[in-house]
Amino acid sequence: MGAIDLDDAVLTTRLDAVINWGRKNSLWPMPFGTACCAIEFMSVMASRYDMSRFGAEAMRFSPRQSDMLMILGTITNKQAPVLRQIYAQMAEPKWVVAVGVCASSGGMYRTYATLQGADRVIPVDVYVPGCPPRPETMLYGVMELQKKISRESLSARKEHIERFYASMARQEELQEAKGLSSQQVVREMVVAAGEQGGQQIW
Amino acid sequence: MTPAAVSFLPILLLFLLALGVGAAILVISGWVLPGLLKPNNPQKTKLTPYECGVPLRQDGARHRYSVKFYLVAMLFILFDVEAAFLLPWAVQFKTHLGTFWAMLSFVATLLVGYIYAWGKGALDWER
Repeated sequence: MGAIDLDDAVLTTRLDAVINWGRKNSLWPMPFGTACCAIEFMSVMASRYDMSRFGAEAMRFSPRQSDMLMILGTITNKQAPVLRQIYAQMAEPKWVVAVGVCASSGGMYRTYATLQGADRVIPVDVYVPGCPPRPETMLYGVMELQKKISRESLSARKEHIERFYASMARQEELQEAKGLSSQQVVREMVVAAGEQGGQQIW
Repeated sequence: MTPAAVSFLPILLLFLLALGVGAAILVISGWVLPGLLKPNNPQKTKLTPYECGVPLRQDGARHRYSVKFYLVAMLFILFDVEAAFLLPWAVQFKTHLGTFWAMLSFVATLLVGYIYAWGKGALDWER
């Protein structure tokens, strides 16, 4: 009995590849809209630009049901712990897109009140430039995120998120030890990281 | 068992089978498979109630509140019904003069309830 020639009847792949393929085509966006990028995001979701073409039509306003956090606008220092909490409450695995210059780097708001980039407090995957970015740019950002997802390994993503949870635990410890509000503690952590030459607290 | 009932046994069997298959589908798809497949990583922050990311002022939405609100609701229903009844009566009163005493007894009944509520201190909010 000769070997059976399966030819193209069987497809072999890696688990990472097939799971990531599913993940990247079923992103559930959670809009964190604080400025004009959120207005632009409306047209991204609407029929003209239509993000559902990329499998991301199921927009949710609760972090429990979403896995792609879209930061749409300026993040002030006061909002930093809010953003952290919402990111922590999202379903795993989760990704973050910083839309617009404010979320990416503080943008034009180089002031004491504005966080100089959302990536100081939560891990950001893709930065979309523009003030606000055109809908096409946002779509390009989501497509780049899809590329990134298809390349990453499952364990790396898990560790990435675990690192954030560790920083969340540190924040809570500090809050209890010093009796400060979450805003004060996050600000202190950002300042301390800056003094040590770093930029990120997670 | 009567012969007529015996002839219906296959239907009972079919019913039980349908029930079993339905239950099996629910249990497997809603309990067994998710237990095996879903990612489960409970975290302290993740499990807190969602309040738009703002620290909680109280332990969730299931807190207790004063029974006074129920008293007010009950009294509202009392006087709401009275008003709803009085208004059409007042419009038609001129052509139905005989209904005056009937209406008076109705209002008097409600008045007793009102005096009772007052006496019990149901209207006293700062108590």
